[in-house]
Amino acid sequence: MRRILVCAGTGCVASHSRQVTARLKAALHAHHLEDKFQVDNTGCHGFCEQGPLVIIEPEEILYCRVQEEDVEAIVTEHLEQGRPVERLLYQDPVTKEKIATYNQINFYRQQSRHVLKNCGHINPENIDAYLAVEGYQGLQKALALPREEVINIIKQAGLRGRGGAGFPTGLKWEYTFKAPGDRKYVVCNADEGDPGAFMDRSVLEGDPHAVLEGMLIAAYAIGAQEGYIYVRAEYPLAVQRLRIALAQARERGFCGEHILGTDFSCDLHIREGAGAFVCGEETALLASIQGERGMPRPRPPFPARQGLWGQPTNINNVETYANVPLILRRGAGWYASLGTAKSKGTKIFALTGKVKNTGLVEVPMGITLREIIFNIGGGILEDRGFKAVQIGGPSGGCLPAEHLDLPVDYDSLTAAGAMMGSGGLVVMDDSTCMVEVARFFLNFTQAESCGKCTPCREGIQQMLAILTRITRGQGREGDLEQLEQLARVIKGTALCGLGQTAPNPVLSTLRYFRAEYEAHIRDHRCPAKSCRDLLAYHIDPEKCNGCTRCRRRCPAGAISGEAKKPHTINLELCARCGTCLDLCRPKAIYVE
Amino acid sequence: MPGVSLTINDQKIRVPAGTTILEAAKELNIAIPTLCHDKRLSPFGACRLCVVEVQGRKNLPAACVTPAEEGMNVLTESPAVVEARRTIIELLLANHPLDCLTCEKSGNCRLQDYAYRYGVKKTPFEGTRDPLPLDDSNPFIIRDPHKCILCGKCVRACQEIRGQAVLGFAFRGPATRIVPPLDTSLGESDCVFCQNCVAVCPTGALRDKYLAGKGRWWEFQPESVTCPFCANGCHFYLLRKGGKVVAVAAGGAAPGRPMCLRGRLALTLIFCEEPPQPQIKTEKGFAAVSWTEALGLEELAGKLWPK
Repeated sequence: MRRILVCAGTGCVASHSRQVTARLKAALHAHHLEDKFQVDNTGCHGFCEQGPLVIIEPEEILYCRVQEEDVEAIVTEHLEQGRPVERLLYQDPVTKEKIATYNQINFYRQQSRHVLKNCGHINPENIDAYLAVEGYQGLQKALALPREEVINIIKQAGLRGRGGAGFPTGLKWEYTFKAPGDRKYVVCNADEGDPGAFMDRSVLEGDPHAVLEGMLIAAYAIGAQEGYIYVRAEYPLAVQRLRIALAQARERGFCGEHILGTDFSCDLHIREGAGAFVCGEETALLASIQGERGMPRPRPPFPARQGLWGQPTNINNVETYANVPLILRRGAGWYASLGTAKSKGTKIFALTGKVKNTGLVEVPMGITLREIIFNIGGGILEDRGFKAVQIGGPSGGCLPAEHLDLPVDYDSLTAAGAMMGSGGLVVMDDSTCMVEVARFFLNFTQAESCGKCTPCREGIQQMLAILTRITRGQGREGDLEQLEQLARVIKGTALCGLGQTAPNPVLSTLRYFRAEYEAHIRDHRCPAKSCRDLLAYHIDPEKCNGCTRCRRRCPAGAISGEAKKPHTINLELCARCGTCLDLCRPKAIYVE
Repeated sequence: MPGVSLTINDQKIRVPAGTTILEAAKELNIAIPTLCHDKRLSPFGACRLCVVEVQGRKNLPAACVTPAEEGMNVLTESPAVVEARRTIIELLLANHPLDCLTCEKSGNCRLQDYAYRYGVKKTPFEGTRDPLPLDDSNPFIIRDPHKCILCGKCVRACQEIRGQAVLGFAFRGPATRIVPPLDTSLGESDCVFCQNCVAVCPTGALRDKYLAGKGRWWEFQPESVTCPFCANGCHFYLLRKGGKVVAVAAGGAAPGRPMCLRGRLALTLIFCEEPPQPQIKTEKGFAAVSWTEALGLEELAGKLWPK
């Protein structure tokens, strides 16, 4: 029986992939093809921008942006007559060629999908699909080994936490294993909240069993009998799939009492978070699981010694746990052969912004930013100039073109003033104002600060006030020095990671794009022509034919002039809405 | 005794393991400023005013929650520390009404003390806080959210000592506030007027209503007394002005039990020359009542002095 895979990740569902599935089933029925083809829903393929995605196996033909009305053509032309529907194939943004199969597309061809291998290829709601791809074999292997040996394998593999800071996972497990206490816990941080990042969501939606398996292996290694998955309530599909997966795992004896017939028992629970970014911080997350306000507490004591209800607790994020079964299955040596000397394995990035192919990409550590953005990402939209890439979300920084050949690993990113973070990659072109970018991220962190410690609550607010003034053309001499001084104090004194990293977007843009800040403050000019308050609309009297279109339609009444004579714009009245610019046929209106 | 040796401002000291830097410094008579710390309450580490420089560490850890470690070299007044403390005070002042001239807490205010200590006369920052109403609904406590620096001491005092948990944090980011349940008023809440929160508040955000207008802190000669009305032995101040007891103020939170209204009222009645008339909460609101009624002695009085 051949398989037709329809993506049922959040992105594709939002563009009606469920209706496509229903229509496909109906069409197969109508054409009496039901016993030849099986329609299966899968998790996210990572190429959300092109969704809904449909793959026909075994030939691996990938159809993009499939709508309900396209189904008939797929069935009659492709399934019945063997001719792929060309208009639904992916078109390479660079060569404009139509590409038929999944593995020929640059976006996929240059990735190394290990963690995401199952995403988009198996039905996440069916445990048998996971078992068919060697699922739970890692757990089986682990249970046959002494606990210390499992920890050693993770240490030898060199896995570092994928949540951002890159702490060695094996070491964390060892601390928790050695911490005194009879009750221990494993916790999965699935509170991914970075703007533009959705790695964890896709893994949870596309391969939930891999996360459960990773957690169970960790639970065995550290000696925990209970675990919690703290997942954002804003990820309803992920929550639903986790519930299904957990129920199936319990039913099959992978979770609960006497797992796989051994003495090891561990049950997992799902806790939905109420959408606070700070709950990604481990101590705030633990407080939230305990039903308290999600505020971080000082460390030490670290959760490995005193975590959930004061007991030793191991916390890793979704992607970290998803790596674990792979390591057990394929060995520490295989895993350590991927990546760089100090950053092993692969990393999933959410590639977004002004790039041609947006989506989730999994690449080996050490790959350069240029390879990700220009090879996998296909380059900058509309072939504009590359300006910067924001990496690591609000805790990260913006790197300019001179860092395009930087190998992407924990340490080189930190040295360059950015960080791995959870793996958001936002590509920016030359129309992006870097002051505005810094303001955007700071606006996010100030709203998401829990409000507990003074530097974070008050300091970020003041930094944001200064940045807002600058983007409005009210910057003052001394602003940059004050920003730097505040950034230094906040980074040095804030209680948790959120506050300590919040000034990073400002510091990195100041480091690489200081001239842009100065242009805003001294010349009241936005070089990227993006800050609205700093734009001035003018009419070129030579080109203006006095057609009066702009004057009649200007919502602010800022344009005056007689018919057939050049018009002028009163900048004091002008609302910088751009209506006149769009209307002007002789292109006489320009922006400075 | 297992202990750790460390150096603070070039002075060597040995302390038991688990001692915080703040406590170790105190042994050496080095005063590290704190706003949110109170040794009777759980560690919180929120105000960050007590940050110190520890050699070899990138960040400035908060002395009140950082345990002393073997071989640590701590500087409590280095340039980086002073810069951080000054900035934190300036940030707090940005949203603080600078009305020390008429503030009841003037002279007994930690924020004021530290601004003086670090020479912060004004703040370079513009405040952004929305006007919030003064909570005057409780007969014993005035709550002024503008003066609140969110140190969370009152929250912990209310939750940990009293077990009443009337006060809590609400909202987030710059909108964070400390509020009674559902952001109502203290008068509507289950507050039992124990004044623990008032006793720990470092600024004028929570004030004793009975003290209003009676004088400034430096005019009083406080005398510490132990309340004799039960075995708990709560600690109160008799505030004398010109030899006359003008008020009884809560001295500080006694662990495990509230300082009850009865003890407070009875002390007022015993010691104050002109005790204010007590009020009790009825369904219609607060009503002025006789002392006999406020103290629940009506039955007894009826037996002793039948009408």
